[in-house]
Amino acid sequence: MIQGLIGRKLGMTQVFDENGVVYPVTVVETGPCVVTQLRTIEKDGYEAVQLGFGISKRLNKPEQGHRRDSGYMSRVLREVKADSLTDHTVGEVITADAFSNGEIVDITGTSKGRGFQGGVKRHGFAGGPKTHGQSDRHRAVGSIGASATPGRVFKGMRGPGHMGHETVTIQNLEVIRVDTERNLLLIKGSVPGPRNGELLIRRAIKR
Amino acid sequence: MTDAGGGAGAFSRLRPAGMKGNAHMVAQLIRSIESEQYKASVPQFNAGDNLRVAVKVVEGTRERIQNFEGVCIRRRGGGINENFTVRRIASHSVGVERTFLIHSPRIDKIEVLRFGKVRRSKLYYLRGLSGKAARIKERQRKPGQHLV
Repeated sequence: MIQGLIGRKLGMTQVFDENGVVYPVTVVETGPCVVTQLRTIEKDGYEAVQLGFGISKRLNKPEQGHRRDSGYMSRVLREVKADSLTDHTVGEVITADAFSNGEIVDITGTSKGRGFQGGVKRHGFAGGPKTHGQSDRHRAVGSIGASATPGRVFKGMRGPGHMGHETVTIQNLEVIRVDTERNLLLIKGSVPGPRNGELLIRRAIKR
Repeated sequence: MTDAGGGAGAFSRLRPAGMKGNAHMVAQLIRSIESEQYKASVPQFNAGDNLRVAVKVVEGTRERIQNFEGVCIRRRGGGINENFTVRRIASHSVGVERTFLIHSPRIDKIEVLRFGKVRRSKLYYLRGLSGKAARIKERQRKPGQHLV
């Protein structure tokens, strides 16, 4: 059994279950993925299945050559674990029905980029007082350390900087519904990244 | 995603992945997920109308229908999230408001008892009124519109 698939976030909506309870869901197009390579202990030192997703027209010759055996010019390549490598062959197509209703998954994606942000938005700093004669202190970061001792700012001190566009994994999300016809997963709750963002959906490691 | 090429197998559905200019297809897809859950028929009603909403209530293992009757004071949202609020004056003239999702399977039936004549879409002003002041004039029904 394959432990994960590559997907794409389509957007959010809500669905009712059989008891009439409404759940917020993210619609994720999951697969079809094609097996592009098998990583073996003898050759690579570990076992994994390399999957491809999407179709690309802009691949150079070496990239095309790598994908030739699989039969599809995949846009994205990712490696996931599998229970047994002997179950899989290069060129095999895996679809969303690898997952089942009610399954718990971890989802990895790239969060939305926020650009250069101040301490208030980036770390939740409180900012300065709004009144009592304050000038230019409303969203300031405040103190970043003592004076002559230690005479420097400690490493790792939180401050303004680039926010977002980082790899984020959300664990233990529930698969509410699997739509095998359209290769969709309805995931309870939200998922990192923008719409059309690429995602890696894996079976939860903590369940 | 519908098959773009038609008959090219499971993989043709993968075409849209990462491609530009398919936003409307994605929007359509999400709309189709929502429309699968729509109710076959919902009566026409608006803010100001008197409604009787039949709600399924679970008591232990038994399920029964409970009616909630009052004035619809708003109808908002779209798609599967479309909802409305009914205001009822309970005993001791306490106002009780309940909001329902129109397409919720917990709602068995919506009956329109009376069409009201109002000039705004959200009747929040009713919350400040009571008794005679909170009355709403009845609207002349257009031909073809009937009380259920």
